[in-house]
Amino acid sequence: MTSIEARVLQPYKYGFETTIASDVVRAGLNEDIIRLISQKKGEPAFLLEWRLKAYRHWLTMGEPKWANITYGPIDYQAIHYYAAPKQEKGPESLGDVDPKLLDTFEKLGIPLAEQKRLTGVAVDAVFDSVSVATTFREELSKYGIIFCSFSDAVREHPALVERWLGTVVPYTDNFFATLNSAVFTDGSFCYVPKGVRCPLELSTYFRINAKSTGQFERTLIVADEGSYVSYLEGCSAPMRDEHQLHAAVVELIALDEATIKYSTIQNWYPGDEQGRGGIYNFVTKRGKCAGKNSKISWTQVETGSAITWKYPGCILQGDNSIGEFYSVAVTNNRQQADTGTKMIHIGKNTRSTIVSKGISAGHGQNTYRGLVKILKGAEGARNYSQCDSMLIGDQCGAHTFPYIDVRNSTAIMEHEASTSKIGEDQIFYCKQRGLSAEDAVSMIVNGFCKEVFKELPMEFAVEAQNLLGISLEGSVG
Amino acid sequence: MKEHFLAEYRAFVGNGGGSARAPAWLKPLRARAIARFAEVGFPTTHQEAWRFTSVQSIAETPFSLIPPDTPLPTLDDLAPLLVGGRATPRAVFVNGRFAPDLSSAQGLPDGVRLGGLAAALAAEPALVEAHLGKYARFDAHGFTALATAFLADGAFVSVPAKTIIEAPLQLLFVATAVAGHPMWHPRNLIVLGREARATVVETYAGLGDAASLTNTVTELVLGDGARGEHYRVQRESPNAYHVATTYSHQGRDSALESCAVVLGAGLSRHDLTAVLGGTGGYLILNGLQVLGGRQHVDHHTCIDHAQPHCESHEVFNGIFDAEARGVFNGRIIVRPGAQRTDSKQTNNNLLLSRDARADSQPQLEIYADDVKCTHGSTVGPLDPTALYYLRSRGLGAEAARALLTYGFGTEILARVGVPDVRTQLDRIVRERLHMDSWQQAT
Repeated sequence: MTSIEARVLQPYKYGFETTIASDVVRAGLNEDIIRLISQKKGEPAFLLEWRLKAYRHWLTMGEPKWANITYGPIDYQAIHYYAAPKQEKGPESLGDVDPKLLDTFEKLGIPLAEQKRLTGVAVDAVFDSVSVATTFREELSKYGIIFCSFSDAVREHPALVERWLGTVVPYTDNFFATLNSAVFTDGSFCYVPKGVRCPLELSTYFRINAKSTGQFERTLIVADEGSYVSYLEGCSAPMRDEHQLHAAVVELIALDEATIKYSTIQNWYPGDEQGRGGIYNFVTKRGKCAGKNSKISWTQVETGSAITWKYPGCILQGDNSIGEFYSVAVTNNRQQADTGTKMIHIGKNTRSTIVSKGISAGHGQNTYRGLVKILKGAEGARNYSQCDSMLIGDQCGAHTFPYIDVRNSTAIMEHEASTSKIGEDQIFYCKQRGLSAEDAVSMIVNGFCKEVFKELPMEFAVEAQNLLGISLEGSVG
Repeated sequence: MKEHFLAEYRAFVGNGGGSARAPAWLKPLRARAIARFAEVGFPTTHQEAWRFTSVQSIAETPFSLIPPDTPLPTLDDLAPLLVGGRATPRAVFVNGRFAPDLSSAQGLPDGVRLGGLAAALAAEPALVEAHLGKYARFDAHGFTALATAFLADGAFVSVPAKTIIEAPLQLLFVATAVAGHPMWHPRNLIVLGREARATVVETYAGLGDAASLTNTVTELVLGDGARGEHYRVQRESPNAYHVATTYSHQGRDSALESCAVVLGAGLSRHDLTAVLGGTGGYLILNGLQVLGGRQHVDHHTCIDHAQPHCESHEVFNGIFDAEARGVFNGRIIVRPGAQRTDSKQTNNNLLLSRDARADSQPQLEIYADDVKCTHGSTVGPLDPTALYYLRSRGLGAEAARALLTYGFGTEILARVGVPDVRTQLDRIVRERLHMDSWQQAT
């Protein structure tokens, strides 16, 4: 393998910017800004109260410093906490949505016009701080499924929101989640009623567009008894020299016998080769298997962002509940990722599986940090963790920090980790069989990630493979 | 209570700091160390490295240095603790002080030193000063600062270049039945010169059930091409507290095999740092813990691959019964440029009772690409199918459990190279697991 730097990286494909008139609140963070956001969204009193409680708590907290990442100070007063494309009033139908917005999502490969859409996926499109369109809402409502933007949910189903908001990630949880609780603007809400198997894949596409803003969305998914839902999340942002903050919160709740499958393809702008610009992706995601025999499965493919800091976790409270975490994280150039999962075993016979694959190239630093905690009452709990790292290039780093805490002697916990590089003998073998070096690496990398990709819904598995190819392009010669 | 330790220090310095012949540079070092302790105090569970181990009980006990005139045990008292009988070359320390009458350096080749550090500092300061304090940092945490502040005596082993010693050298630290809350801070330095070869057995044992605090620092230096074996056995009384720091530094093409066995102390903490400071180094870092009652053990190991082409293997097995608790934190660092590193780490924990607990934190930090690094960690009870198999072969439930548990321990003991050491460790572990009682019964 020859030098990494010798080859030019393929530019970030989604780095364009949409010129659209935006309604941006002034930069800064204080109680007035929070009141203004709440007022703009026409929220009920309980939510404003909750936001203010979170803000007051946030003021007492310090930014977490334990992660294996380095970045300059963030000026929280320089961020615009609300930015929305200007519209006369909320669009009644897709026809009322600004065509520029539709074009933007079209260019990102997310056509919102339903007739064009592959059947089988319903999309909620979030642009800066607001949701611009949600497809298939009618279709889904026939099954009693509520799938809409968070703002709509607050207006139309306040009781449901009030009941579940903050039950998995309380507003006191951590610095970034608390900040999100104070200023969150939009996101998706989904409720699947008892015994319903959601017939479509639900998905949300997040787009940051406006300058100097941060995106703070909040997603809440509740799967009632015996229901099933598969949910996908995608994201991208324009190329800019400045760093933008994305601090989201995702809460999942699975009641008795319910299953939630949550997949993420994260492709925020990663910054350039020198590490200028890019998104700080500081996200809190947690699911609660509240009912017996429930299951929550996280699958993530993380290729973007200058810095990723996220630990999607499962609280396995119900007996026999199952938590899964499948992850591929790629860091290239100056990207840094500190990611992993938390599995908290509380109920009897709870099981969890962790499969994490990290790929580092260029000057990328990739850290797996995971917690497996088996509490005293978790009789017969079982965990299997596997974290593999692959290194491409001699300037990158791969780190593994698992935390294992077992308090029940009937529990069985296994953890394995390995770090290696693509062997020159492997490349040689492939080349000798007629493959180019690039194809050989792509094949080996895809094989390395196969266990995770097979968990993704089909269309996204293809996208993920392509994405991985793009992210690593130029790192092997 | 921090004030108590500061007062102890003032008294210690006022009395001449253990030895009137202490070199001049020691005074400012002690002063810096106690200043550091005054600043940081004892670690708390809010610190990441001490998250699972609370040392509050140590911080709240008025431990004090004891006068030098405590009665010495006899050689007969020590016999069961000696590896390979009374002929073994040994340095014996009673309540932290070197006991020349119980020690023996007979039959060792010329130039080999085996004795007390204080005496060596007075007689051959150049030999000691070349290494002492060069490796273990005293500011790591409150305990190392305290150990440095009270630095007075300990073991000193020096093996000159190209010298080969077959018999194991034993360092025996015994605590006698002293009333109150005695503490001692043995500071040990073991130096193997270029291409030298030796085995060192470091044993900490209690002859009574004193509620003592042992706070020890051991530095182990291997020159280029040296081969060392280092066995450390801690079997203090269940009332005792044991805090230890072991720091090893290896030169080019050197090999170190080490094994740390913990059976004693109510609360013990051992920080092991192994630096592979030259190319082609080889390291084995093993450990076995067999605990019961309310014992607590914490191991923090760090293998630092600072140079390319080094190999390290680490296996730590823990057996925890009753309400015992084990903590393991194993870090492997591969520095930039340390290519062709081959590193393997395993931590297995066996929980024999409902209330036993194990926390395991393996960590890999890798900054080079051409490396092979793996770690694995398990926690669980005895395998029910294996138990069933043994029962189906006619073993009683107790015997089957004991046999499997012993087997889990021998994974580590079987790797001990020196037969005398292996036999002794094997006997201690069998006693601990009550192996002999059921063997006689069946």
